[in-house]
Amino acid sequence: MTELDRIRNFSIVAHIDHGKSTLADRLMQATGAVSERELREQMLDSMEIERERGITIKAQTVRLRYTAKDGNAYILNLIDTPGHVDFTYEVSRSMRAVEGSLLVVDATQGVEAQTLANVWQAIEADHEIIPVLNKIDLPAAEPDRVAEEIEEVIGIDATDAIHVSAKTGHGIDELLEAIVERLPAPKGEREAPLKAMLVDSWYDPYLGVVVLFRVIDGVIRKGDRILMMQTGARYTVDRIGVFTPKMEAVEALGPGEIGFLTASIKQVRDTRVGDTITHEKRPTAEPLPGFKPAQPVVFAGLFPVDNNDFEDLREAIEKLALNDASFTYEMESSPALGFGFRCGFLGLLHLEVIRDRLEREFGIELITTAPSVVYHVHLRDGTMVELHNPADMPDPSTIDRIEEPRIKATIMVPDPFLGDVLKLCQDRRGIQLELTYAGNRAMVVYDLPLAEVVFDFYDRLKSVTKGYASFDYQLIGYRPDNIVRMTILVNGEPVDALSVMVHRDRAEQRGRSMVEKLKELIPRHMFKIPIQAAIGGRIIARETIPALRKDVTAKCYGGDITRKKKLLEKQKAGKKKMRQFGKVDIPQSAFINALKMDD
Amino acid sequence: MTLPPLPADESGDFGIYIHWPFCAAKCPYCDFNSHVVRHVDEEDWCRAYLQALERAAGETSDREVVSVFFGGGTPSLMSPATVSAILEKIAKSWRLAADLEVTLEANPSSVEAQKFAGYRAGGVNRISIGVQALNDADLRWLGRLHDAAEARAAIDTAATIFQRYSFDLIYARQHQTPAAWKAELRQALALAGGHLSLYQLTIEPGTAFGRRAKAGRLEGLPDEETAAEMYLLTQELCDAAGLPAYEISNHAEPGQESRHNMLYWRLGDYLGIGPGAHGRMHSAGTRFATEEIRQPEEWLAQLKRLGHGEACRQPIAPKDSALEYLLMGLRTRQGISLSRLRALDADLLDQERLSELARQGLFAIEGDRMRATRRGWLLLDSLLVQVLA
Repeated sequence: MTELDRIRNFSIVAHIDHGKSTLADRLMQATGAVSERELREQMLDSMEIERERGITIKAQTVRLRYTAKDGNAYILNLIDTPGHVDFTYEVSRSMRAVEGSLLVVDATQGVEAQTLANVWQAIEADHEIIPVLNKIDLPAAEPDRVAEEIEEVIGIDATDAIHVSAKTGHGIDELLEAIVERLPAPKGEREAPLKAMLVDSWYDPYLGVVVLFRVIDGVIRKGDRILMMQTGARYTVDRIGVFTPKMEAVEALGPGEIGFLTASIKQVRDTRVGDTITHEKRPTAEPLPGFKPAQPVVFAGLFPVDNNDFEDLREAIEKLALNDASFTYEMESSPALGFGFRCGFLGLLHLEVIRDRLEREFGIELITTAPSVVYHVHLRDGTMVELHNPADMPDPSTIDRIEEPRIKATIMVPDPFLGDVLKLCQDRRGIQLELTYAGNRAMVVYDLPLAEVVFDFYDRLKSVTKGYASFDYQLIGYRPDNIVRMTILVNGEPVDALSVMVHRDRAEQRGRSMVEKLKELIPRHMFKIPIQAAIGGRIIARETIPALRKDVTAKCYGGDITRKKKLLEKQKAGKKKMRQFGKVDIPQSAFINALKMDD
Repeated sequence: MTLPPLPADESGDFGIYIHWPFCAAKCPYCDFNSHVVRHVDEEDWCRAYLQALERAAGETSDREVVSVFFGGGTPSLMSPATVSAILEKIAKSWRLAADLEVTLEANPSSVEAQKFAGYRAGGVNRISIGVQALNDADLRWLGRLHDAAEARAAIDTAATIFQRYSFDLIYARQHQTPAAWKAELRQALALAGGHLSLYQLTIEPGTAFGRRAKAGRLEGLPDEETAAEMYLLTQELCDAAGLPAYEISNHAEPGQESRHNMLYWRLGDYLGIGPGAHGRMHSAGTRFATEEIRQPEEWLAQLKRLGHGEACRQPIAPKDSALEYLLMGLRTRQGISLSRLRALDADLLDQERLSELARQGLFAIEGDRMRATRRGWLLLDSLLVQVLA
C-alpha cells in the first residue's frame, strides 16, 4: 500500500488522432514500465485485449512508478477512457476514479469536438487539468495559437501547457514532474470501512471476470469477503493486483489506489459499473452516489437474413451478452422476418457495434428493424405496459395515454453554428431550457424526446456543426404526448418490421419521408408497387414505384460473356440480401435506411 | 405468325473470330477494343494473324470450321489481300464446312465499299455494314465518318456483290421520337437483305457518351417507357417485313441468321484471335475461356515472341458454362434446352420462381425448351437475376 500523498491518479483526454496512445506508451517507457523493445509487443497485446473485450472495454489502466525531482517515489495511475455519448455513464465513472486529467491537444490541429465532450466530463468530475500540446516537433506546430484556443474554447488556463512530442520523447520528464506537482493527491481514510468503486470489468479466459476498481476508503486484501452493494452479490477475493502494465499480484490495496480483483465471478453481467465494493462484515454506511443500473434505451429487432441461421444467431447473442451487461435480448417472431431477437442497447452506436460484431465475428447476415425507444402505454384499466416494439402495440381503444422518455440534452457549439443547432432541436420537438455563452461558444440545454435523438441526431448534429459540437444527455423521465403507431404498407401488405411510433403532429412528415425513401431503396419490379404510410386504417402518405419497362442488354457477343456473367453473379449475391414480402423484394438495408431523417 | 423452327443442333459447332483493332476514328458510343493510330504496318499484322492461326490450328485441327468472322475495330480497313491470306491459311489448316459462312464487318464509306468485290474474291461471303443511321445529322452525332448517301450506296454495292448482307442501325438516339424511328426503320427495311441488326443505344461507361452523360451533358435520350415502345414497334415492323427477331437485337429471314453469332448464343466453340478477342474452346473434355492481350502493340510483340497473343486461358467449370448458356441462350428466339442446362448445373434455376414468371407470360416452357417471350426479352436482365436459385 502506498501513502496517499505519493499517489497521483489521472486520465488522458484527447481527440482520436492526437497521440493519446503514443503518449501513454511514452510515459510507460520513461518510467521503466516497459522497455523500448517491449513497447511494440506491448501495444500489440493491448490491441488484442481490446478486441477480446470488445465494446465493454471502457477503461484500461496502468500503474507507473516514478521517482520525482523531490527524491520521492510516486505511484502514478493512468486510466484510459474512450468516449462516446452512448457510454457517457461508463466514462463518467472512470473520470470519478481519478483526480486529474491530461488534456492532450495536437499542436498542429487544435481543439476538436471529441476532446470537448471528454473534457467537460473531466471538469464535471472536478479534475485538475494539465493542458499538453503534443506533436511539438512538427514544423506545422502552432503551440501559441492552440494554447489560446484551449483558453478560449474550454476556458482553462493554458499558459503553463506542457510542450511534448510523444514521438521523440521531448517534454516527457517535464510532464511527469507536472503530474506530481500539479495534480492533487487522492483523499481517503485507511481506517474507515472499505468503499471502492467498480470502474470496469471484463472476461479473461484464464482468470474469469476481472474487476477494475478504485479504493476510496479502507483497505482490500486477498481472501476478503466482499459485498457489491447494488447487486447484493457476495464474493471471496481470490486475487488482487495492479497493472504495470502486466498483471502483478499485490497483497492489499488502500485508499487512492487503483487495481484489479478476481473473485470467481462467472459473468460480466454479474458486475455493474459504478457499483460500490465493500466488506461483507463491516460495510460502509452509504454506497457511492451516482450509480445507475445499465438501462437499454434503444430497442431493435435483429433477424437473420437466412432463417436457417437462427440458432447460430442465438448462440452468438448469448456469447456477446455474457460480456456486456448493458445489452439485453429476448426472442421475437415477426410474420415478415421469421424468428429473431428484440435487443436493447445503450444507444445507436452500441447497436451498430453489436450488429457489426454479430456479422463480422460470427458471420451472420442480419436485418435490423427500426430502432425504438421504450414507451409507457397506460391502459384504461389502470395498468401500464412497457412497449419495446411497435408491433406489440395494444388495441388503441384500450389505451388511456402513451408516455415517452425525455432527455435533458446539453450541447456546446461554436457561435456560427448556433442557429442550425437550435433549428435541429426545434425540429426534433425540443423545448429550450437554457442558452448561455462562454467565449465564442454557446451552451444550449434542451428537453428533447429520446425517440427524436436515438436515431440520427448525433450524426445530424455533427454534420450541421462540421463536428464542432459536443453533446451529452441524461434521461429525465416520462411524459405523455400524442404518440401513434405508423404502419408501412408495401404493395398493400403491412410490413411489421417497418412500423414506427411517431408523434401525431410529425406523422405526415415522417410518413412522407419514409415512403419517399422506400421508393428509392426498393428496386423496381415488373409491376408497380404502391408504398403507403398509415395510422390505423387511414393512409397519410403514398408513393408508387413504377414498373420496370425495359431492362435488357442490347449487344451481347463473345467478348461480353465474361463481363455479363460476373455482373449476374454479383446481382445474384445481392439478391440474397433481399427479403421477400408478398411479391416484393426489399433489401435488408432498407429497414434501417428508411428511417434516416433529412432535416 | 408461325415461324419455322431454328436448327435445333446446338453442339459441336466451331468458328473463328478475327479481331482487327484499328479504326479511323473512335465513335462516342463504342466500348469495343478499338484504337486509332496513325500508321499500321499491315504486312506485319498479317504475318502475326497467320502465325496465331498456325498455333491455334495445332490445338484444334480436328475441328470443322462453320464460320469465320472479321470484327473490330474496323476490319474493312484491311486490304482484301490480307483478308484473303488469312482465309487461305484457315482453309489450309482446318476442314471447312460446305456451307461455311465468312462475315466481314465494314464501314460504308465509299473507299471501303470499293473493296467489297476484293473481299468477295478472297472468300468473304457475307458482309455486315455499320450504317447506324439513315440521316446525316444523327450520323454526325454518332461520330460516324460517312453520310446517309454513302451508306445507301454501300448497301447497294453489297447487294450486288454478296448474296448475304446485313447492316446495323442504332436507335433510341438523342431526341429521336418513336414516329421518327418508325419512318427510318421503314426505309431501312426497304434496303435490307436477309438480315438486320437493330440496337438500342446504350450509354457505356468509359466512352465519350458515358462521360457526357455523367457530366449531365447528354439530354434528350428517350426515357425507359419510350425506349420500350420503340423496341416493340421495331418488332412489329420487322415481323411484318418478314425479318423477325431471332435474337434480342438481330432480325433475319428464316435461314439467314448469322451462323457465327449463334455460336456465341448457343455455347459453341470459337477461337478468338487478335487484340482483346475472347474465345471458348473444348480441349480434352474441358471447356476453356481464352482472352487475348488488349493493347495492339503488346499483342503484336507477344505474338512475335511466343507465337500467340493470349493473355490468359482458364478452365470454365460446368456451372459457369450453365450460367453462360442461360444468359446467352435466352437471348435467342429458340431459347435453351433445359436438359442441356441441367446436365451442366442441375440447381441453377429457382423452379418456383420460373413457374411464376412463366405464369406471368415472361417465359415460355415448351417441352425441353425454355425461352423468354417478347415481353420477357424487354426485361431479360432482371428476369435472369430472378430465375437464379
